[in-house]
Amino acid sequence: MSNHHQHEVVIVGAGGAGLMAALYASRGADTAVISKLYPTRSHTGAAQGGIGAALGNLEKDTVEWHTYDTVKGSDYLGDQDSIEFMAKEAIPVVYELEHMGLPFSRTEDGRIAQRPFGGHMNKETNKPVTRAAYAADRTGHMILQTLYQQCVKNEVNFYDEFQVLDLIVEDGKTAGVVAVDLSTGELHTYHAKSVIFATGGHGRVWEVTSNAYAYTGDGVAIAARKGIPMEDMEFFQFHPTGIKKLGILITEGVRGEGGVLINGEGERLMDKYAPNAKDLASRDVVSRAMYIEAREGRGVNKEKHMYLDVTPEVVNKYAKSDGRTNPDGTPYVTTAEEILTKLPDIIDFCRTYLGIDPVKQPMPVQPTAHYAMGGIPTNVYGEVVIDEKNTIMPGFYAAGEVACVSVHGANRLGTNSLLDIVVFGKQAGKKAAEYSKNNKYPSFPDDAKENTQKQVDHILNSDGSESAADIGKEMKSVMMDHVGVFRTEEGMAKAVEKIRELKERYQKVGVTDKGKVFNTELLNVWELGCLLDSAEITAVSALARKESRGAHAREDYPKRDDKTWLKHTLAWMNDDGIKLGYKDVQLGKYEPKERVY
Amino acid sequence: MDISLKVFRYNPEAGRTKPAYDTYLLNGVDPTDRILDLLEEVKDYHDGTLSFRRSCAHGVCGSDAMRINGVNRLACKALVQDLNSNSITVEPILGLKVIKDLIVDMKPFFDSYKSVMPFMINDDIPEDGKERLQSIADRERFDDTTKCILCAACTTSCPTFWSDDKYVGPAAIVNAHRFIFDTRDQAAEERLNILNDESGVFRCRTAFNCTEACPREIHVTQAVAEVKQAIVSGVIK
Repeated sequence: MSNHHQHEVVIVGAGGAGLMAALYASRGADTAVISKLYPTRSHTGAAQGGIGAALGNLEKDTVEWHTYDTVKGSDYLGDQDSIEFMAKEAIPVVYELEHMGLPFSRTEDGRIAQRPFGGHMNKETNKPVTRAAYAADRTGHMILQTLYQQCVKNEVNFYDEFQVLDLIVEDGKTAGVVAVDLSTGELHTYHAKSVIFATGGHGRVWEVTSNAYAYTGDGVAIAARKGIPMEDMEFFQFHPTGIKKLGILITEGVRGEGGVLINGEGERLMDKYAPNAKDLASRDVVSRAMYIEAREGRGVNKEKHMYLDVTPEVVNKYAKSDGRTNPDGTPYVTTAEEILTKLPDIIDFCRTYLGIDPVKQPMPVQPTAHYAMGGIPTNVYGEVVIDEKNTIMPGFYAAGEVACVSVHGANRLGTNSLLDIVVFGKQAGKKAAEYSKNNKYPSFPDDAKENTQKQVDHILNSDGSESAADIGKEMKSVMMDHVGVFRTEEGMAKAVEKIRELKERYQKVGVTDKGKVFNTELLNVWELGCLLDSAEITAVSALARKESRGAHAREDYPKRDDKTWLKHTLAWMNDDGIKLGYKDVQLGKYEPKERVY
Repeated sequence: MDISLKVFRYNPEAGRTKPAYDTYLLNGVDPTDRILDLLEEVKDYHDGTLSFRRSCAHGVCGSDAMRINGVNRLACKALVQDLNSNSITVEPILGLKVIKDLIVDMKPFFDSYKSVMPFMINDDIPEDGKERLQSIADRERFDDTTKCILCAACTTSCPTFWSDDKYVGPAAIVNAHRFIFDTRDQAAEERLNILNDESGVFRCRTAFNCTEACPREIHVTQAVAEVKQAIVSGVIK
């Protein structure tokens, strides 16, 4: 195989967004997907609870309600035109997944099953609405498998286990990427008309996380190094229910099925913090409540964690006191057997990692770093927009967690990430193919590999006086302590200073493995560099925002300040640090108001 | 607790042309640590050249199937306390060519997967554009085989596969089963024909290793038997 390739559309990343983009792009253009993992290893497969769409299979639901819930969930920072676009596209795209063969769970009448999820409400009953279409508690696994199956069927080109290290830009136009073939260590160049980044998030910046090892912010770092700004990076979601210490995700679907959070004193804690939605308030609200409870000494055994209880007795007790009913109006009553059918993987995780049986015992849980609301700025067609005026960068697209459309604003609702990847993956794929039909290949520089080779050589030739593992641990710890669920001026300033010190020390990290074949040590070090860039942009963006909104909760500025801060952050990374700018939020019919659940 | 971790090493590029084992003494190991945590500890602080695949670290991505004390498991799903021993041996899965340390060539495995047409064949879409209907019971019929994460633990535990790498292997059969028994699919016959050839399902000698190896607790041997039955009887039920 030659080390130089040409494809009209090159997609980086093979999770849900990348594969959906590939299916659409390959219909109209010569397309290739480059992924550092085998596609089926992608992190989409870890998503559990469901994909949001107002199908209304069990009760009345509307696109308008879905739009409103997402706007409110975003703490009014999401762009309302984009959110409406996504809520509308949700319905056909979920049917499309079913047509592709996705094995959704079913209702009694054979339709796609749906369950309630945090922040999604029925505006008539003022109770949580059944909007999350699901396949047991492995909806993401099924989406990933189904999309990969369709790619196999359609003979999409894959470069599996190739790690993209650089984006090539010529005269302001996207011209391709540089990647390393992990199995040989050889650098490959890809000449393209369009490049789509679908590289996922950067949750490995934090100590306790639900994210895969592979979630190292590669897309953010590569784009930022090319002078592309990152949008709203201060907004990073902490999911309320990660397994204690390990951070492994326990789906919100558990609470959708009636599970409740209980503090160390045996009380249901969400009564106090969200009197109406209770355990199904949005994630930022629930995570903060758990933090406050722990800080005030009401954690389990006075520790940091709470209990998530889905034993049938407890579920039925609270369902009764909440007046929860089935779609036909009868009281909601569940059984251990029903829970096992609806949440089999969660039961398995708990048995494996905690040695407990969730239908008999409560699960110890704590908030876990989960999802990047921010990322590469795009419009609804996946086109990357690079300034305050939303100027489009020709040929560059982003979709999925790495992108910021922005539909999630300051806080994402559960089920909207699986929706985001398929809706915007599809748009990006279509648009990239269309662009490649209307444009010639841009010129491709002879020295395209040089920047990458320099980075690799620097690591290989470093004196190795610093340890990558130590730097990684220090980064995770400072980000967890100071740029986590609650934040202060002092803490964040400390974090920024620490990350900069770590970036200095990173220059002296070396590797003992000097080989070419599967040099995973070299790759880990390179990924650490991406994490440090992601951490710095996050901390600097956060420090500047002097208000509390969604997932960005400041103890020194506890109120949302729409007058000054109803705007998106843009952060440019350059040689002497991070430069900040801001752009308008697209408002619409929903006027910002206080957010109560 | 202290653990003696013995790891298979092979790296021709660095002159380690003969398979051998390195042993690492790890102190202060928590019984609830995953075997993956131990491998990460070795890579971070003992030997950075040790190479293995991993990603999700909680048993859903399928990257880190290995032989752990002689049994195929995911390194991220096997806890130290599950092994009831202070000596732990980690080796690559068998039957696929070792490239470096615990990394094997997965291409033949994915080629077998692709050979069974692992995708829905049905272009009939309801006129209203909505979902095709399927009963809860019909959906349940193939639920077990939808769980597969393509980790290769089953196929590489199969004695038939060890002796004949042409055998399509249990993972591919599981993925064919997932469509054959899905009432929405229209290509069962083609898949059954593919699996009826000499490298297909009748090579299975019912050793049951695959079922024991599956980290997703799929009843692999049963799925294989159901496919055999469908071929013999010509009936899919």
